[in-house]
Amino acid sequence: MIVMKKMKLDKNLKSSLITYGMVIAAYIVMQTLVMTDNISSLMEGLFVPLCIYSIMAVSLNLTVGILGELSLGHAGFMCIGAFAGAFFSKCMNGAMPDGIRFVCAILIGAVVAALFGFLIGIPVLRLKGDYLAIVTLGFGEIIKNLVNVFYVGRDANGFHFSMKDAMSLGMEADGEVIIKGAQGITKTPQDSTFTIGVILLLIALFIVLNFINSRSGRAVMAIRDNRIAAESIGINITKYKLMAFSISAGLAGVAGVLYAHNLTTLTALPKNFGYNQSIMILVYVVLGGIGNIRGSVIAAVALTLLPELMRSLQDYRMLIYAVVLIGAMLFTWAPKAKEFREKYSPKRLLALKKAQKEAK
Amino acid sequence: MSFLGYLINGVSLGSVYAIIALGYTMVYGIAKMLNFAHGDVIMVGAFVIYTAMSSAGLSPILSVILAMVLCTILGMTIEKIAYRPLRNAGSPLAVLITAIGVSYLLQNLGLLIFGADTKSFKSIVNMEALQFAEGQLTISGETIVTIIACVIIMFALTSFVKYTKAGRAMVAVSEDRGAAQLMGINVNGTIALTFAIGSALAAIAGALLCSAYPSLSPYVGSMPGIKAFVAAVFGGIGSIPGAMIGGILLGVIENLSKAYISSQLSDAIVFGVLIVVLLVKPTGILGKNIQEKV
Repeated sequence: MIVMKKMKLDKNLKSSLITYGMVIAAYIVMQTLVMTDNISSLMEGLFVPLCIYSIMAVSLNLTVGILGELSLGHAGFMCIGAFAGAFFSKCMNGAMPDGIRFVCAILIGAVVAALFGFLIGIPVLRLKGDYLAIVTLGFGEIIKNLVNVFYVGRDANGFHFSMKDAMSLGMEADGEVIIKGAQGITKTPQDSTFTIGVILLLIALFIVLNFINSRSGRAVMAIRDNRIAAESIGINITKYKLMAFSISAGLAGVAGVLYAHNLTTLTALPKNFGYNQSIMILVYVVLGGIGNIRGSVIAAVALTLLPELMRSLQDYRMLIYAVVLIGAMLFTWAPKAKEFREKYSPKRLLALKKAQKEAK
Repeated sequence: MSFLGYLINGVSLGSVYAIIALGYTMVYGIAKMLNFAHGDVIMVGAFVIYTAMSSAGLSPILSVILAMVLCTILGMTIEKIAYRPLRNAGSPLAVLITAIGVSYLLQNLGLLIFGADTKSFKSIVNMEALQFAEGQLTISGETIVTIIACVIIMFALTSFVKYTKAGRAMVAVSEDRGAAQLMGINVNGTIALTFAIGSALAAIAGALLCSAYPSLSPYVGSMPGIKAFVAAVFGGIGSIPGAMIGGILLGVIENLSKAYISSQLSDAIVFGVLIVVLLVKPTGILGKNIQEKV
């Protein structure tokens, strides 16, 4: 009996397993390509960013798709995670084995980002719709700006903080400046590998998919679909909203740690942690399907690879990227395009043929 | 420079934000969408003026008019091709992402045509700076023109919305699209008109912005665009006087914090004030609070 039950997989579980399988299969294919030397070093350099953006997309989908709130400041949490993780790694470098240190860095990045998610979520989640979107954008920009004027140094007396410059830290001669304002953190140990990235992506997927299918996840979706109805049956709105938002921020922090340990120099530029980055991640989520976790991963990978695959087109590649993006949105979302697709879908055409045959 | 000088410069910068924010807020009010490409229309307008003045040798006023015409056409084309098909798409996010796509498209077109290097924009204002209090306070011609232009646009737009048939149609469509259609208002035409006005305003904003800060690059519109959006939300999105107040307040706060606190932190302060305002008044300064019904 038990065996029988196990054979009949639950629909949600099956869908989750497909997602994990997809990631693992992609990992194996890419590793084989690397082993057999069939891939350019340029593409190989993209492997870790692929994991980073996939984790970002999955985590943002939790906020946008499951919680139903538009967040435009997701890169801010990534920034917090990156700096928290890199700071820890710099401080502990040599004090503990590399592997353990990196795991700790990831955990610290996740916890700090989740904490900020919680603190920011308390005021932000009271707002609705576009107002919430603009406030998250504001917080993202504030985080990026503050990190750029933040100095931390360490000497024999402990840590020194300053918001002005490295000189005002007032350190002794042997002190080392760890976070150098706009110059960020330099010489972070490079621990991020493709394997670790994929493992973290799988963990992120596991957390998000299990959350969605849990009691809490269903409560969050109930709030998304009808806040007032959810409240009336006794769901604690604030608690569940904050829970989803913090988890989402924490996972973005993990992506940030991965990002920080993939580069030698970590700086908070508009390019990597600004609103443009948040919007980029949002594009992955919407194109992959709002609320569809697997779609987010696929869209993140496809859209990260697309400009690289078109490298031969040089200056035109971002132009084509924009056109593809607009075209894809029109094709997937426009009511007219939906009608067209339904009319000419292979399923319907096959059914029509069958009907015609039967009529004869 | 004295406090008064910073304040006047702030009002001038705020006036530019206000003009851009008007475009945002009108489009939002009527089409319920955030037009992320609005900032890039500013860039297009500025480039048109730059080319017209430096290559074709047109006079500043003619160049601005040309830019307004071209931006109007551009705005209406974008609306027709990219936004209109998604009007009933079910999710407001779909059209938001399309707007981001349009924004990338315009930026990269600008990059292809004009290159990534910054160009120095020749001011469209040909006026001597005014000196007060024996040179203690200098007000540049650009500042005066910007503030005057902002006031004129504000009055023109308010009277347009209040007293003309097309303007009242706009209000009707933004209040209730379905009912407006039943009353015989051409909804698509009205929305197109809104985009046309917004884009023409963007061209003016581009001219004023680049006259005051004379460096022109394909990314010139993106940050002012976002700030203007913040200004529109600040004042209560959908409200014309709100956009004006929000824009000017934003410009003043930005300039004063640059002068007295920290130039690096000025953006953080602007956003911080916005967050505080929204937490106290969740729909902005002049926004209408609509009660949610079960």
